[in-house]
Amino acid sequence: MLIGGILVITRRNPVHSALALIVTLLAQASIYLMLYAPFVAGVQIILYAGGIMVLFLFVIMLVSIERSMKERQFNSQWVVGTIAATALGGLFIAVYAKGKNIFPTHALSTVENNNTQRVATMLYGQYMFAFEIASLLLLVAIIGAVVMAKKRI
Amino acid sequence: MIGQIIQYISSYLTSDKTPGAAGNMFWVLVYIMLVFAGLSVAVIAMNWLERKILAHMQVRLGPMRVGPHGLLQPIADAIKLLLKEDIMPAEADGFVFWMAPLIVVLAAFTTFVVVPFGPTHAITDMNIGILFMLGVSSLSVLGIVMAGWASNSHYPLMGALRSSAQMVSYEIAMGLAVVSAVLMTSLNASGTGTLSMIGIVQAQQAQGMWFIFKFFPLGLIAFFIFAVAMVAETNRAPFDLAEAESELTAGFHTEYSGFRWSLFFLAEYSAMIAVSSIAVTLWLGGWLRPFPNLLNGPTWERAFSYIPGITFLFLAAMCFYNTIRMPKHPLFRVQTIGLAGFGIVLGLIGLVLFVPAVSARVQDIFWFSTKVAGFMYVYIWFRGTFPRYRFDQLMQMGWKVLLPMGLGVLILTATAGLWPLIQQTIWHP
Repeated sequence: MLIGGILVITRRNPVHSALALIVTLLAQASIYLMLYAPFVAGVQIILYAGGIMVLFLFVIMLVSIERSMKERQFNSQWVVGTIAATALGGLFIAVYAKGKNIFPTHALSTVENNNTQRVATMLYGQYMFAFEIASLLLLVAIIGAVVMAKKRI
Repeated sequence: MIGQIIQYISSYLTSDKTPGAAGNMFWVLVYIMLVFAGLSVAVIAMNWLERKILAHMQVRLGPMRVGPHGLLQPIADAIKLLLKEDIMPAEADGFVFWMAPLIVVLAAFTTFVVVPFGPTHAITDMNIGILFMLGVSSLSVLGIVMAGWASNSHYPLMGALRSSAQMVSYEIAMGLAVVSAVLMTSLNASGTGTLSMIGIVQAQQAQGMWFIFKFFPLGLIAFFIFAVAMVAETNRAPFDLAEAESELTAGFHTEYSGFRWSLFFLAEYSAMIAVSSIAVTLWLGGWLRPFPNLLNGPTWERAFSYIPGITFLFLAAMCFYNTIRMPKHPLFRVQTIGLAGFGIVLGLIGLVLFVPAVSARVQDIFWFSTKVAGFMYVYIWFRGTFPRYRFDQLMQMGWKVLLPMGLGVLILTATAGLWPLIQQTIWHP
């Protein structure tokens, strides 16, 4: 996953970057599997690797590569980038050093068998409100995209 | 040491689980080998059958020269492909060009890990089985896009764009149809649904009904949506405009030759078999024999257990009939003997299948493969009879017809399944 992530930002060819991003997403799916969350892993593969990244590749492939290779690859946000990366790194170190009590000490058992049912009862039971808000947000985004794409409504 | 190994191997034989669930590495490997070999044979047979059936539909003879009735033609083709020069275009992106066929083949073959050929005849049983199949088969789009882009040529790029746009948009209708079938597993019977492929078939067994007939006509409509989407997913006629010969030469694999091209070919046919087995599992009762609730009882069980053997004997009889019809010229002697030998092999398989112990063990595989073979024939039939769609017609079909239909079926299925509950709450509060 780390290798994939590093390749994403270092390849000069945008298609190679996108492919490395796919590798990263697949590695993330396998991390979900290791966390006994097979449903989330499956959805991750279908949605991100199979769906969204294909659309990404579409756009990138239609852009002329020769021209984009010659363009300057780095923009001028490196100050903000460095600050954000340092803050995140600091957070990781802090969690690693002090956060022994945050995480459960042992792996959850027997969740793997009815993982999908658990996800469903969580989403449609305890977190119903947040789930519905998220889907409303997505609906607004879809309508917005349609409005922008259509010249005349 | 050896005793331990033999004990380890034979310990699985008494269990009633899949080798993956039983955690027996030896049998897992055996099953992977068997599935892989069976799949390759199926692809070879499919290649021959497609050419023969298409030819007969168009009043031609098809391959006749290599072997009796062209039976050895696919093998000759395979040898030709392996011996061909493997060309890579000079301007191509080497690594991506090399990876693309591998990804496509890997995605096509990995799906077979969860295909249930029988209650115990599957490599393993995952609790996210159907999700796994859809996810892994959606990865093959990536291979196609990569192949089209890496060839650095116009036809492959256009072909890849078309085929991936098509696959991504039909995946949605397909997913909706699958979800409505998964909903059916949870209704009426046990209360908890399942995504596992074996669990879905067992749910059909428990409810005594194939899901295609459930909530008539909802199951049938969902099956229809899936059947259309599945042909589009595999880029086959009439949705094969990604490889429309008149416009795009061969689509995304125009620049591929030799062995790499044969990998694409293998992947296409095994993807066809994979989606057909999803359809069989979800709607046509997987490994269950036909009419389980209408014609039951020991007599009918017995009668149905003879069908695999009778089928093979019938095939053998066809072989012998054609052996008699072969030309009596001395040049055809080898072919005549070969055909008779093939008939004898088929007949022996048929006779072995009459042994009760064998037929009880492999009957489910037979029914599953027969249903899948029916789908394969329908694929060829489509190719022989339907004209190709135009791209805007294809997109219109996917987004404006199948997607609303899928949503409607999903909502209606959920309503129909919860109907007893709704009735209870409304009329008897």
